[in-house]
Amino acid sequence: MTDLTVSQKSLGAEVAVRSAPYFPRKKKAITGRSIAVLVFLSICALFFCVPLYVVITTSFKTMEQIREGAMFALPNVWTLEAWDHAWNSACSGTRCEGLKVGFWNSVYILIPSLILSIGLSIVTGYALALWNVKWAGPFLFVLFICAFVPFQIIMFPLISMTAAMKVYGSIWGVAIIHAILAMPVLTLIFRNYYKDIPQEIMSAAVMDSGSFWKIFFEIILPMSGNILIVVLILQITSIWNDYLIGVTFGGLGGQPMTVNLANLITISTGTVRYNDNMAAALLTAIPPLVIYFFVGKLFVQGITAGAIKG
Amino acid sequence: MPRVSFEHITKTYGLMKVLDDLNLSIDDGDFLVLLGPSGCGKTTLLNLLAGLLDVTDGRIMIGDRDVTDLDPKDRGLAMVFQSYALYPTKTVHGNLKFGLSASKLPREEIEKRIAWAAKLLQIEPLLNRKPGQLSGGQRQRVAIGRALVKNVGVFLFDEPLSNLDAKLRTEMRLEIKKLHDQLKSTVVYVTHDQIEAMTMATKIAVMNAGVIQQFGTPDEIYERPANLFVAGFIGSPAMNLRKAKLSTATGKIEAVFASGVRLDVSDYPFAQTPAEGAEVIIGLRPEHFTLAANGPVAASFDVPVQYAERTGPDASAYFRFEDDLLALRVEPDTAARLTPGEAVSVSYLKGKANLFDARTGQRM
Repeated sequence: MTDLTVSQKSLGAEVAVRSAPYFPRKKKAITGRSIAVLVFLSICALFFCVPLYVVITTSFKTMEQIREGAMFALPNVWTLEAWDHAWNSACSGTRCEGLKVGFWNSVYILIPSLILSIGLSIVTGYALALWNVKWAGPFLFVLFICAFVPFQIIMFPLISMTAAMKVYGSIWGVAIIHAILAMPVLTLIFRNYYKDIPQEIMSAAVMDSGSFWKIFFEIILPMSGNILIVVLILQITSIWNDYLIGVTFGGLGGQPMTVNLANLITISTGTVRYNDNMAAALLTAIPPLVIYFFVGKLFVQGITAGAIKG
Repeated sequence: MPRVSFEHITKTYGLMKVLDDLNLSIDDGDFLVLLGPSGCGKTTLLNLLAGLLDVTDGRIMIGDRDVTDLDPKDRGLAMVFQSYALYPTKTVHGNLKFGLSASKLPREEIEKRIAWAAKLLQIEPLLNRKPGQLSGGQRQRVAIGRALVKNVGVFLFDEPLSNLDAKLRTEMRLEIKKLHDQLKSTVVYVTHDQIEAMTMATKIAVMNAGVIQQFGTPDEIYERPANLFVAGFIGSPAMNLRKAKLSTATGKIEAVFASGVRLDVSDYPFAQTPAEGAEVIIGLRPEHFTLAANGPVAASFDVPVQYAERTGPDASAYFRFEDDLLALRVEPDTAARLTPGEAVSVSYLKGKANLFDARTGQRM
């Protein structure tokens, strides 16, 4: 690549164009149809952007300006007051400690449930795909069925189970429920990914080492980069954005950020502090976005590295 | 050093019997090639020996150890796979090292063996590369290296050369042969390529439909095929197989073709005296024909040329004989002179015919 850029620079743009395969395409004229398409797409974009614009600008406004009612106006004074208030001292119910409580709860829920769900399902998927497991077929079928059972149906049994395990109403309760509910789908994902690993690599590994764990950690896990990133993104967003499990199993002490946010907005006395609410909503939405930005890059790298092909 | 034997091996997949009561045993230092068409059970047999599949019934012995129920890693074998099966995330060094992971050797010994194998296979400069950065031939060497470091008595090869191009295949063929001569190990090698089998093997087992058709040295297999399958499978162009009847009327034993051509088979070592008029299939090797009849011949007859083709140092000519083609090996300059349609007198050398019972397909 470096050679190519050097030559392109020294020989000018013409050469650069010629060095790549060049297929000239006809320039399309602007027609009524293409204008209609453009207008439609612009409206669609506005549809999503306008509310976002309002949310963001409102979060930087003062309450005085909001009361004036000009929804689309830019803030007269840009202030972080609302953000600070939402994070540190907004009241949900009787507690006025802001969103930070919920944020840390969400983090404490996220980490153990990620480790638990991915750890369990990656090993199960590996065993099901690459080792001779008795009843593997029926087991997969049951998993498949489980993946489609709506959570609401098994909510009450789960509550009594977690209560019996003495984790109901705590961060651990929420984390364990997340991990268990994610198991079927994640196991199927890992199992299908590992099914594509060439049989001969497994045969070679079985002849070389024969150890279930050694093969897993030394051969299979290093080949799992791509799928781990995919599963990580899937899990982080679904756990972070979850409301129902958090509100059901979190009790009072273990409520994640989403529940905290909902309380903050719905339970309020006096005037509605729109700027606080908007800032709080944005704060809750930021973490998954950050993950997308960082891990998304790795995701692309993972694909191009082509870990599977020998 | 071990001898390998299969005793009454049966293998079924569900209802399908792939191998049925198979017996085979090879001596220490033998280079056994399992040869046969796709789906004949040769790879199944190899995988049974490797322990990658479980036998349904029977016993596998390596030396005086019964390995039938042992784990693959405990059988004292090393295997080279068709797709090389290198671990893509490990370096060449890591690949060789993982080959020893079951053996619990001290670190110096592991490094010593890796260095030895790398030197032997000339892959020392590649030790820090990943398999993705190697060419096909280099990957093949690494795969062999991973087997070599284990320092075992029996090596298994599963069509290791079939993914290489023709030139590399010839080179690697020689190298594997050289390694075998050097290490004096026992080798079981699966292939469908008869040239590999003929050049490398000390013993060949020709298999078809799960049954060993013939077991012997390459010469025995080529010169005295035990039945019609082996006769047709080994050799390129294939042996010419024709129906004929035996006749003893003239005092000699002769094979009479439908067209009336008579071929003298008096010197054929019949297992038992053949009956007059017995139906046989006669097998004639393309290279045992001659266009210039000098010396003793078994038969001479005129046949029209169909076409001739040159395959490099050799040439084959095809003649129309009794509604079918007869393949002959000829000199390239002779082939150039043959014109299609021209009738040429061809002769078959004495004592070179193969006779098979038309009913059983077995050698007579």
